[in-house]
Amino acid sequence: MIRDHFRILTVDLSTGRGSVVSLEGRNKEAGGSGLAAVLFNKYGYPGKPWDDPDQPLIFAIGPLTGYFPLMSKTVCAFKSPYHDQYAESHGGGRSALSLRFADLDGLVITGKAERPCCVSVGSRHLEIRDVHYMWGMNVQMSGKLLRRMFGGSGHRSILRIGPAGETGSAMACINVDTYRHFGRLGGGGVMGSKNLKGIVIQGDGSFGLPEGRVYARLFKEVHRQLTDTDMMSKYHNLGTPVNVAVLNGLKALPCRNLQKTSDPRIEGITGERFADETLLRNMACSGCPVGCIHMGFVRERFMEENQYLYRQVSYDHEPIFATGSMLMVTNPFDVLGIIDGAEKMGLDVMSAGVALAWATEALDKGIISEKETLVPLNFGEAEAYKQAIHHLGSGKNEFYRVLGQGTIKAAERYGGRDFACVLGQEMAGYATGEVFFTAQSLGFRHSHLDTGGYSYDQKHTDKNVEEAVDFLVRDEQSRVFLTSMVSCLFARGVYGEELLADCLRSVGYDALADNMDEVSLHIQRRRWQTRFATGFDPRAVNIPKRFTEVTTWKGPVDKGFLSALMHEYAGRIAALAGKEA
Amino acid sequence: MKILTTPRMDRCIGCHSCSLACARLLHNRLSWEAAGIRIISSGGLSTGFEAKPCLACNPAPCAAACPTGAFSQRKGGGVVVKKELCIRCGECARACPVDAIYLDPSGEPFVCIHCGRCVPFCPHDCLEMAEAPATYSVGDHAGAPG
Repeated sequence: MIRDHFRILTVDLSTGRGSVVSLEGRNKEAGGSGLAAVLFNKYGYPGKPWDDPDQPLIFAIGPLTGYFPLMSKTVCAFKSPYHDQYAESHGGGRSALSLRFADLDGLVITGKAERPCCVSVGSRHLEIRDVHYMWGMNVQMSGKLLRRMFGGSGHRSILRIGPAGETGSAMACINVDTYRHFGRLGGGGVMGSKNLKGIVIQGDGSFGLPEGRVYARLFKEVHRQLTDTDMMSKYHNLGTPVNVAVLNGLKALPCRNLQKTSDPRIEGITGERFADETLLRNMACSGCPVGCIHMGFVRERFMEENQYLYRQVSYDHEPIFATGSMLMVTNPFDVLGIIDGAEKMGLDVMSAGVALAWATEALDKGIISEKETLVPLNFGEAEAYKQAIHHLGSGKNEFYRVLGQGTIKAAERYGGRDFACVLGQEMAGYATGEVFFTAQSLGFRHSHLDTGGYSYDQKHTDKNVEEAVDFLVRDEQSRVFLTSMVSCLFARGVYGEELLADCLRSVGYDALADNMDEVSLHIQRRRWQTRFATGFDPRAVNIPKRFTEVTTWKGPVDKGFLSALMHEYAGRIAALAGKEA
Repeated sequence: MKILTTPRMDRCIGCHSCSLACARLLHNRLSWEAAGIRIISSGGLSTGFEAKPCLACNPAPCAAACPTGAFSQRKGGGVVVKKELCIRCGECARACPVDAIYLDPSGEPFVCIHCGRCVPFCPHDCLEMAEAPATYSVGDHAGAPG
């Protein structure tokens, strides 16, 4: 191990000063999700609003980051503009290894700068630079400028926000190295509220490794499993978009604002179609040989004569569902064009796509008019959506500013709550059934990856509430340990408990390896306690009516089963947090 | 003598597995930089990746510049490194025409010694150990008119 405690850099934008802090707790809190919760408890203010300058923006990595492949995520934690509660968002790119080589387990940013600024950190420097001239710039331009202004190409991570973050949108993401994101729950809005346009993390440090052959041999074996076996083929072949056709076939793909769960036109935007027609190449997060990042392209003619421009756009199942099937846009290049617009504005693509699907139905039903939407939103018409994404990202009018605070907020103002596809936040791309609807609604990140509820739905047709909730609670605990290691969850099939313990021991974390169950339960509880302290009430989470109108291959959604699941899971989460059920 | 070549860098996905393997296996380091091969993006990730390995110059200007014999000419191109002879003056890195030698903050130089241990860790077969041409002359480059 590099050290038996956490090394944290805090940066106060109000004073322009930083401080290196040593924290005990490596054997109890592990890192990643666990460390982020510790840092929020130390630096956060549960009772103050999310945009109070004192609130921290936290980045945390794990004990195996850099040491083993796919330990390549960073946990970003903050009080969310979306619901004003404690939240986590996970991102990859070069962020995790940059932090590791900057000799930091965590980076905590507090305060608010007087003028728009950029923070640059490394193993031997901390600088806060005035970048007022970048305010208003889109994500793409910001990235180009920051690359020019700071050194270290290839061994650094560049985090930045676009206009959506500057305007405090609850759907604003933090862009990581152009093609990855801290996407969900408005981390970009937190950066904007601090007048923080970018963060450059320079990975310029290096560390000794354990003596002997155990570590090198284990690394080789893990690397072999990740590259020579077919365990990861889903991710480096078609990538997650392989799910589009699978879910459409299962009647589990949200289509047309979840009015349907399948449509023959989806054939136009399957993973296979994207690969055949749009795929330029694959890319990887640093420290990951799998290469799951799929790069497509948009090509636009900008003059009558044959003058074209092109841009590269990364795609995955979730962005395709949100801007494709939900909006019934069934041409892959149109989908990429809408994603590209969201990227430039610094919007979370999933949240934005689902929000526009609701706006389209609301317009169709006459709840809102074109006076609000500014463009005639119609399912399938991509050009209007490209304009609407820009309006949403820039907060063009009152309607788009309210919608940017969340679809439910807009529905509360304008009506149309019944058909808002919100499960805690804008839904993920799996209409698999009752267990998933419950899992995302009450999951810690309101993410399909909090637990495998979507998978449980596909494997179980029985309606046993106890068993389903037992699964969700246990699965969350095992995933919490992985996200505290900051493992990419795509690697969960490889990193079983035994292998994780071996990895930890090989670099000197014997106590963590010996107590994984105890540690993961502790972190699971601490995360929920932190969430409750900021106002979370699982009993107050509702599932909009649209989800009870869905028909999957199992038949119509069973309202009674869904309600029982919500009740039982809410009680179990409250118990984890030490609250009355 | 074989040398490390990077003939298929247009396949590179930027995972850094090669440089991490070099640091780990050759130098017992956890590092992006203390390695004989380093990967950079050229103009951001959109433009792809470049490798910065030793090109196995023959004669090697870094060996010629080394005042203590820590760097000496390797048969077939490149250098043999004897770290115990190094006084950390940095002349090797300054002499390298392609920025292939990394000096850590203490001045210790890291350069590719063409051992090939990084090659099996590249998931896209970008790297290859190949026989170095005996001599170079103008017109040897592929595609150049004879």
